[in-house]
Amino acid sequence: MERIQEKLAILADAAKYDASCASSGSNRKNESKGLGNAHPGMGICHSYTADGRCVSLLKILLTNVCIYDCAYCVSRRSNDIKRAAFTVQEVVDLTINFYRRNYIEGLFLSSGIFKDPDYTMERLVRVARKLRTEHNFNGYIHLKAIPGASDELMQEAGLYADRLSVNLELPTEAGLKLLAPEKNRPAMVKPIRFLQSEIIRLEDERKVLKTVPTFMPAGQSTQVIVGAAGESDMEIMHLASRFYKQFQLKRVYYSGYVPISNDTRLPALHSQVPLMRENRLYQADWLLRFYGFEPHELLNEGHPNLDTDVDPKLSWALRNLNSFPVDINKADKMLIARVPGIGMESVRKICSARMHGQLGWDQLKQMGVQLNKARYFITCKAGALERRDLTSEQIRQQLLAQSHSKWIKAHSPQLQLF
Amino acid sequence: MTTWLYDGSFDGFLSAVFDLYWQKKTDVTIRKEQDHVKGLFENVIFMPTIMANADRVWAGLSKKLTEESLQQLFCCYLSELPGEEDHMVGFIRHVFAGGEGVTGDFGNKYVLHVAQLARKVHREKHRMEAFVRFQLTKDQIYYSLVSPDYNVLPLIARHFKERYADQYWIIYDERRRYGIYYNLDKVETIRLQFNAEYDPHYHTTGNVWAPEEELYQRLWNTYFKEANIAGRRNPRLQLQHMPRRYWKYLTEMRLG
Ligand code: SF4
Repeated sequence: MERIQEKLAILADAAKYDASCASSGSNRKNESKGLGNAHPGMGICHSYTADGRCVSLLKILLTNVCIYDCAYCVSRRSNDIKRAAFTVQEVVDLTINFYRRNYIEGLFLSSGIFKDPDYTMERLVRVARKLRTEHNFNGYIHLKAIPGASDELMQEAGLYADRLSVNLELPTEAGLKLLAPEKNRPAMVKPIRFLQSEIIRLEDERKVLKTVPTFMPAGQSTQVIVGAAGESDMEIMHLASRFYKQFQLKRVYYSGYVPISNDTRLPALHSQVPLMRENRLYQADWLLRFYGFEPHELLNEGHPNLDTDVDPKLSWALRNLNSFPVDINKADKMLIARVPGIGMESVRKICSARMHGQLGWDQLKQMGVQLNKARYFITCKAGALERRDLTSEQIRQQLLAQSHSKWIKAHSPQLQLF
Repeated sequence: MTTWLYDGSFDGFLSAVFDLYWQKKTDVTIRKEQDHVKGLFENVIFMPTIMANADRVWAGLSKKLTEESLQQLFCCYLSELPGEEDHMVGFIRHVFAGGEGVTGDFGNKYVLHVAQLARKVHREKHRMEAFVRFQLTKDQIYYSLVSPDYNVLPLIARHFKERYADQYWIIYDERRRYGIYYNLDKVETIRLQFNAEYDPHYHTTGNVWAPEEELYQRLWNTYFKEANIAGRRNPRLQLQHMPRRYWKYLTEMRLG
């Protein structure tokens, strides 16, 4: 009893730096009066830790024993820490009992690499198989795919898991060489490519055959560590965008590096976690996936890093004042989506409402448009742009003046998507 | 000024709406009987619930509205906000008067209000789906107490039925004093009697919980503590997502 608590403490602690927590986008339905239901659509966050991050999955390592020595990782073999390993049954029991009490949406199981990749992967798969076949569990399962494991094991993992991920860890090859010399990019990309080809193969089969098994319905994701190896935001976002396109990844997670060692290759132990930078990367990622932006519009040689003062959409708009003003009552949907202060939900409302009549400032405000930002970039019924002749710099100063007073009131960085 | 009172049920409200049209009234306010405090010069009439009339209004609305819009209107009712009936009536009048696609007319104040309030109710529904914490009783029933801002139990029953199809469970609304109970087949509405010395919040009180219950609560609290990253501390963000009024129902916040 005490031992299981100690193991949980060690193996949850070691797993917490992995940013992925989403439990959305699956479609595993409970049809046989079994346990659990992994809905398509929104995931459920069941709790929030004191750092404000959500808890939606039981996120643990199977073991923190590892044969590798990646400098940024607490589980690295040269680190002098307590080691532990769960048995397959222990992970299954924890998952089922937490799920039944509505603590979690499912399991996110990762692992240090003990012995060799196949040995480790085989165990991860065994946990998932047991949950699905012995417990009729339909909750969410996310497994970490271990690079170097055999295709057969990857294939089987895909049958039981909703999502698999291989973490890219460092955005650049140079960073990888410096901090994880035993690893290399091609070995990480290989399983991503294999799983992607399996998804496509089974989709094709599904078109002709009725009984094709479910195969990781929530797709693949990956994570990159931000701020450990001196890379620019441009390098990060271009990498992300390439992986979204090439492998249809569902999510790329950005994890601000939390200093965990005195290694001189890394930021010093007391240095701050780059939270604001991480937040801006998520905002930029959001713009790529839902707002029709291309990476080079947001980041390029002239602007290799995201602006920390203002959000990426506003920053882009200020550099492209010639694209504005946009007429709310006429403009194309995706053009309105590019206006700072207007989110997709408002875009939808605007496009629907303007079929019934011209919209003015009041109605836009009612619909949730942030007029303090948007007003510099739009025209609507009640007339022209409020301040037609301002330069980007003037607009920027005015907006910063407003947000700084808010900032001072809040005493804390505002970490949200718009 | 005339006020019509109804029995507080959704059908009661719809039934009153039927009479608005039938009697061609425009100067009538509809209110719940139990909430109403009579004004000095107010003319008050109690309107009995007539199911057939309620059904006719609903059928009429169903012809003009999508499933989603109907649900939104129902959500306004579940908000239990005082005087919400006025918005609902305004919305219904706009729907019956308008042509195709009136629910997209967000320039209209009733349409926008219904969409926005429904969203709030929906957010509370979503929070309940997240913040229910079951404790296992000795007779193998997973039991949970909640006290949502809006009356959302009718909205969450299906979610929990699909999710926990193989376990008995109860979700009890402390504030509204009723709960929903799943008996492995159907979800029923129930009322519970608590005796005086029994504290329904705490797992060690009384002799009601399964022997393993305490262990799993302890493990969950351990997990919750370890998942936190000290270098990223941000209690304001935590509070924003998980307002304090929910804490007493959350295992991990109660004992910590
Ligand atoms: S292989 Fe994974 S677990 Fe092992 S040290 Fe590297 S990052 Fe950590």
